[in-house]
Amino acid sequence: MSIIPVSYYLVLSAVLFGLGVIAFVFKRNIITVFMSIELMLNAVNLAFVAFARAHNQLDGLVFVFFVIVVAAAEAAVGLALVIMIAQNRQSLSVERMNHLKF
Amino acid sequence: MSVPFVLFFVCGALAVTGAVLVIAAREPIHSALALVLVMVALAVLYLLLGAPFIAAVQIIVYAGAIMVLFVFVIMLLNAGVEERTDFSAIAKYIGLPLGFVLIFWAAHWLWRSQAAAAIGTSASIPAASSHDLSVELFRQYLFPFEATSILILIAILGALVLARKEQ
Amino acid sequence: MPILDHLWVILVLPLAGAAINGLLGKRWPQSRVNLVAVGSVTLAFLAVAELVREFWQLPSEQIPFVGNYFTWMVAGPFRVDFTLQVDQLTVVMLLTVAFVGMLIHIYSTGYMAHEGGYYRFFSYLNLFMFFMLTLVMAANLVVMFVGWEGVGLCSYLLIGFWFLKKSAADAGKKAFITTRIGDFGFTVGVLLVFATFQSIDFGTIFQALAANSVSEATLTIICILLFAGAVGKSAQLPLYVWLPDAMEGPTPVSALIHAATMVTAGVYMVARMNPLFSRAPIAMLLVAVVGAVTAFYAATIGLVQTDIKKVLAYSTVSQLGYMFLACGVGSYSAGIFHLMTHAFFKGLLFLAAGSVIHAMGGEQNMMKMGGLAKKTPITFWTMLIATLAIAGIPGFAGFFSKDKILEVTHAGSSGNLVLWFLGVAGAGLTSFYMFRLVFLTFFGEPRYDEHHIHVHESPKNMTIPLVILAVGSIFGGWFAAPHLVGGPDYFDGFLKPVFSSYAPPSMSEAAEAGIAPSPASELLHALTGWPVIVAVVGLLVAWWFYIKNPEAPKRLATSLHGLYTLLLNKYYVDELYRAVIIRPLLWISTNVLWHGVDEGLIDGIVNGSARVARAAGGRLRELQSGNTRSYATWVLIGVVGFTVLLLALFVTGVH
Repeated sequence: MSIIPVSYYLVLSAVLFGLGVIAFVFKRNIITVFMSIELMLNAVNLAFVAFARAHNQLDGLVFVFFVIVVAAAEAAVGLALVIMIAQNRQSLSVERMNHLKF
Repeated sequence: MSVPFVLFFVCGALAVTGAVLVIAAREPIHSALALVLVMVALAVLYLLLGAPFIAAVQIIVYAGAIMVLFVFVIMLLNAGVEERTDFSAIAKYIGLPLGFVLIFWAAHWLWRSQAAAAIGTSASIPAASSHDLSVELFRQYLFPFEATSILILIAILGALVLARKEQ
Repeated sequence: MPILDHLWVILVLPLAGAAINGLLGKRWPQSRVNLVAVGSVTLAFLAVAELVREFWQLPSEQIPFVGNYFTWMVAGPFRVDFTLQVDQLTVVMLLTVAFVGMLIHIYSTGYMAHEGGYYRFFSYLNLFMFFMLTLVMAANLVVMFVGWEGVGLCSYLLIGFWFLKKSAADAGKKAFITTRIGDFGFTVGVLLVFATFQSIDFGTIFQALAANSVSEATLTIICILLFAGAVGKSAQLPLYVWLPDAMEGPTPVSALIHAATMVTAGVYMVARMNPLFSRAPIAMLLVAVVGAVTAFYAATIGLVQTDIKKVLAYSTVSQLGYMFLACGVGSYSAGIFHLMTHAFFKGLLFLAAGSVIHAMGGEQNMMKMGGLAKKTPITFWTMLIATLAIAGIPGFAGFFSKDKILEVTHAGSSGNLVLWFLGVAGAGLTSFYMFRLVFLTFFGEPRYDEHHIHVHESPKNMTIPLVILAVGSIFGGWFAAPHLVGGPDYFDGFLKPVFSSYAPPSMSEAAEAGIAPSPASELLHALTGWPVIVAVVGLLVAWWFYIKNPEAPKRLATSLHGLYTLLLNKYYVDELYRAVIIRPLLWISTNVLWHGVDEGLIDGIVNGSARVARAAGGRLRELQSGNTRSYATWVLIGVVGFTVLLLALFVTGVH
């Protein structure tokens, strides 16, 4: 068969997304947490592209384009913030950044 | 066993491995590199899906710029080994199981979904060329396109302001 | 017709007097307070006199004369106007209340001259006159109830006039609360009247009653409920207990409120509602029985009391019983007649007693009096006249009225020998204890220290009302005298329209079919009837016990020690009420309502909700741990839940 069913791609996307979630919940380094966000975004991109191909439409690809662009912007600003916090606190642990507590 | 299939599984395996490595790595720099692996694998998959432009953008922008930025920051901050502290109760007993549940359940459902299976990805459909994509971008999605450019501008300014040292 | 067109003037005069004295009188000299108080009541009396004159000229179609002044409240079908009416019964009551009230106001200027709170006393007294006149002139049940409650209020204020004395304050509370119990029955009765007749206006009710028949059961219940109010207000069994305690108030108060006017409100109410009562024989029987039993019962207690005012208090309870007995056997006019004569002689008795107390410097115990006749002649002679009247000695007012009552009890269409017997026995006891009072107080050797207490006659402003009332006690009953010699009974004739306009057919026939013996035998019959016999016997026994044989009472008391103690302690009724009613009620109030409901339930709900809010908040705030990872986990939980929901909807939508 030369047709790979869309569901394969979707499964892969789901798995990657789930792994991204796990990484988000369990990692202690804030940069690693950011990276897990990127991983999740990538998983979603894969799903979009797969559907774009399946329905033979370009809208999914355009969306992926925008997602990548926005991810870039977000990463830039986010990492700038991380730098500031890290220099302030001398620590990159998420646990230390709990000043929004009750 | 045709080439697309093999390629799919290989790249899929690579992507998953990379993701697992992101979680499992001790040092953040190793996580970053594992993530780059994931992105490259995904780029191949995009190619397989007939979206060459997107694959190129993925490599250039995502793997080439964003991940480089990550690496820079990690190096800058000298992020070392993560300390081991306890998980919070929520994370330990609900988060991890829930994550696994999410994965397996979604995968299972997707696997069995008939709607998805009916739509295959046919090799006979031509790949989406850059020409077609840019036509879409500049016609139907012009406004979001311009808005995104402004967004990037704001992000640049924001990053500049934030990262500057106090005079 | 100036007064008839402005009936409200009669009410406003004492009200204005009360307001002026109450608000401004604190620093006024007594003379100015007197002017306002006595003046307003005198003007009211003159207005009443003018009213009577105008009433006399009214053609009978205009009676009852009704004046509607303003609409008080309208709530759907329930409509209450402030309406006043004047008919023959109103005239009788107005004259009694206004006249006796005026005399007592004059008397009080002397009696209360040395008391503090002078202006307050007269303010309350005027206020009382306002409410009593409202009660009497009311044309519907609600306005009557306003007067009813108002006189209760003034009674409370006046009984507890010396409120710093605990027993006086308690007596005021007791009066108010006990009459409240009766008033509750009255209120329910009024509600039932409205439910049955869709109106509380007398004219409307009576016309409706004459036009269509209402079920006797409903009428009986209504009458019993209304009578409950009368039992409280007019101090009958079992709600009489407040009246003896009410003697804590100043003596003019006892005279006006607890002898002449307020306590007669119950009798007036029953007489006014006679169309309803006449159609409910069971209720009438109840009224008569309660009246007769109370008459006898109270007389027995009065036999052995030592406080002069307490004797008079029980005497009042007893005489009120006679009035209810008369109404209960159908002769409402006899009841009102006795009400009028009673106002004269009982008012006089109380005022004279007040004069005695004033002369004795505050002493009220008869055992410590004696031999006052020569020292206070006016007081003595007027009191003697009043005692002759109350005992029913022929020629005096009480004879005519009491005799009439006992006669209708014996021979009327609803005659009843048992009740008659109780009435006669009570009359005998009445004569005895009243003459006992006179003999103990005015005769014999002084039993007090003559060096410390200088007995003197009272000033003129106290003795003149006594004399006027004495005249009334003699001649006040002579309206009915011609009846005994075959002529008409003027009093009865005057009131006839009130009691026969709406009477049920059976009653008016029976009244016509009464026995009409020859004039001479009627007179002889009256003079030698049982009431007179027992009255004279009572006088003789009292003379024997207290003049001839002063030692006899003590010997009798020791030999009948149990009975004596029982009577002296008023059959222990107050103690019984305290144990059976008050203690459990207080226990319930304290333990169930206070601790249980108020502290436990209500405070519990309020404090409990605060506690719950705080506890919930305390737990919820732990979500804000500052721990990003747990935040992330919560987000994940939300996402998973949301996805599940969406998918479930999608799946069920597709299939």
